Amino acid sequence: MDESRRTFLKGAGLTAVGLGCGFPILDAAASALQGGEREQDTLATQWAMVVDVEKCLADNVRRACTEACHAEHNVPDITERDDEVKWIWTEEYQHVLPDQVHGGTPEATKTMPVLALCNHCDKPPCVRVCPTGATWKRDSDGIVMMDQHRCIGCRYCMAACPYGARSFNWKDPRPFVRTKPNGEFLSDYPTRTKGVVEKCNFCSERLREGREPACVEAARSVQGGEGALTFGDRSDPESEVSRLLRERYTIARKISLGTGPNVFYIV
Amino acid sequence: MLENAFRGGKGYWALLGTLGVLILVGFIAWMEQFTEGLQVTGMNRDVTWGLYIAQFTFLVGVAASAVMVVLPYYLHDYKAFGKMVILGEFLAVSAVVMCSLFIFVDMGMPTRVMNVMLHPTPNSVMFWDSVVLLGYLLLNLVIGVVTFDAERKGAPPAAWVKPLIYLSIPWAISIHTVTAFLYSGLEARPFWMTAILAPRFLASAFASGPSLLILLALIARRFSSFDPGKHAIQKLALIVAYAMTVNLFFVLVELFTGVYSDMPHHLHAFEYLFLGLHGSAALVPWVWTGQLIAVGCVVLLLMPRVRNQEKYLAPLCVAVIVAIWIEKGVAMVVTGFIPSPMGVVTEYAPTAPEVAITVGVYAFGFFVLSVLYKVVLNVRDRLGVT
Amino acid sequence: MAFPVLYALGASGGAGPPELEMPEEATECVENTPLMQANHMDLLAQWRNAVVRDGEREYTATTGQTYVMSLTGTCMDCHDNRETFCQRCHDYANVSPRCWDCHVEPVGN
Repeated sequence: MDESRRTFLKGAGLTAVGLGCGFPILDAAASALQGGEREQDTLATQWAMVVDVEKCLADNVRRACTEACHAEHNVPDITERDDEVKWIWTEEYQHVLPDQVHGGTPEATKTMPVLALCNHCDKPPCVRVCPTGATWKRDSDGIVMMDQHRCIGCRYCMAACPYGARSFNWKDPRPFVRTKPNGEFLSDYPTRTKGVVEKCNFCSERLREGREPACVEAARSVQGGEGALTFGDRSDPESEVSRLLRERYTIARKISLGTGPNVFYIV
Repeated sequence: MLENAFRGGKGYWALLGTLGVLILVGFIAWMEQFTEGLQVTGMNRDVTWGLYIAQFTFLVGVAASAVMVVLPYYLHDYKAFGKMVILGEFLAVSAVVMCSLFIFVDMGMPTRVMNVMLHPTPNSVMFWDSVVLLGYLLLNLVIGVVTFDAERKGAPPAAWVKPLIYLSIPWAISIHTVTAFLYSGLEARPFWMTAILAPRFLASAFASGPSLLILLALIARRFSSFDPGKHAIQKLALIVAYAMTVNLFFVLVELFTGVYSDMPHHLHAFEYLFLGLHGSAALVPWVWTGQLIAVGCVVLLLMPRVRNQEKYLAPLCVAVIVAIWIEKGVAMVVTGFIPSPMGVVTEYAPTAPEVAITVGVYAFGFFVLSVLYKVVLNVRDRLGVT
Repeated sequence: MAFPVLYALGASGGAGPPELEMPEEATECVENTPLMQANHMDLLAQWRNAVVRDGEREYTATTGQTYVMSLTGTCMDCHDNRETFCQRCHDYANVSPRCWDCHVEPVGN
């Protein structure tokens, strides 16, 4: 082959490689700059929750919430703290809202029970770090979703979550999922396998059918639980959630980190 | 060329045999982990990364350190490193193989590991880490095999290898920088979220990697006709000395920020490491031992009278590796999770299966290394090159 | 020498296609049988992405009828016994899909 033809082929080959890599790289750079955040669309729904801490002080209210959630989603009941899987649970105030605890905070306040769950942040760090897109913030409604089909169990999202909201299945969860006396699971919701991460999903499967999250419904059904948990669309100014955020003093967890949590607490 | 891997004396086969047994034991332990899940490890809901990822972090540093021989030799024509370069490149190959295996054994769903490539997620540093590590492995493998094959034939290597060699220099820096970025961009983990993490990683890599290379060269010299040359060893020792000094400086600088600001945010992790926190102090003896060894190494290595005598250099290299291994392979990863996001201290200790798998992976890496080095040494022996 | 060949003749035992237990009430599936036989995994993957990633709920089949996209809720509402339906073909084809590691089967299996 003569020189000029060889030179042309070399040039053509390099151009092809360059274009082949170049466009995806540019695309990747653009989405890397976006950092996994969803497109800014002020009309899109953003589900949010307001927790009334005082109303949730009652054991029966909190228990109703956590049990309803865990029953609805076949969450395994593992007693060893090391291997626990939990979607919504009770923690002490000083652990949930540590930046609100100061030298003068009374002991009783510090140890007050408060519900903790995934905050479905505006800028979720867990989404930013997931290497497979197994977790992402849904454009349509702002829920930080989990796709258990894709999760490789690397647990990077758990390292990135500032709220300890995520749980990993260190072992097969099925033996630990509560069943009815006839052996049936409490719900048809798919259980998970060992090796994947899970967390609260704001009951996306119920929202799809126009129902409320299980914890919200359960809280309302017990004595003194009315208004304990309020759920709604934060970007709708007429929603109950928006009204509460306007009219009451609310705080959220670790705001200084800039994650933009969508779970708010009335203290 | 590769048939040389099968030519060796009793010692060589005994080495491969021993490593083979360790690999087998590790594999059996891994089978248990594969069937029972990661509950067989000591990791828990609060400390979600442990021994495996810590070894990965340490070994990425060792892999990156090949640049410390490649850069002077290829960029600055530092002829003294001529015989060492291939050893550095093959060490990098072995280290990246171990890194990949440590990631693999840490996955909850290892059969789905290809999802990282099938569903590329450019905003994830972990995606980029797998890309650059794979690239680095291929680079070093190609460069090593092509240049060594050329040496064996007594002819200069093909011209297209040169750009690859030049590429491997910034690429080596990038692999450890990207690995540091895995940690240093997480607002959830104040212990890791420090700009100095990447420089720290590089400094400790350039201390531990060349130390290992020195030891391997000395061992190769003991068991074959290979002689790296006094100049090469002493220059590498100097690199280790300076890198270790810089690393120690970085550690002190970090301690200052934490201790002087007295911010719990910055201080808690260091408290846990050096003094214990909320009654938990499992890492305290490790950390003090590591840091004291590090200080001792710095002092001794900076003295030419000590550094240039092999009888002192060899144990000092071992000490450097131990100190850096404690820093990265024991302390750094686990402490990021302490205290937890809820402010609770949950400690971590590896379990027996975890240790067995770790030893198995190391054995696999050293197996690969032994085979590659044997090829190099055999060929050079035949050529009459010492 | 021809013994192995002669011995095997007619001794195969007739491994034919598996017999599947069909649902009693329903007469048609989401899509027609040949399509489902060949492509049910593709359909399920499509459903999974639509439900999990896009937040959708209903699937419009080629017949125009809509179905809720759910393995347990729709497919297994009719094909409610994994062993006598799903498993028979899977065993025959020697595939082991992991669906039921997570997805709940109706009780009675």
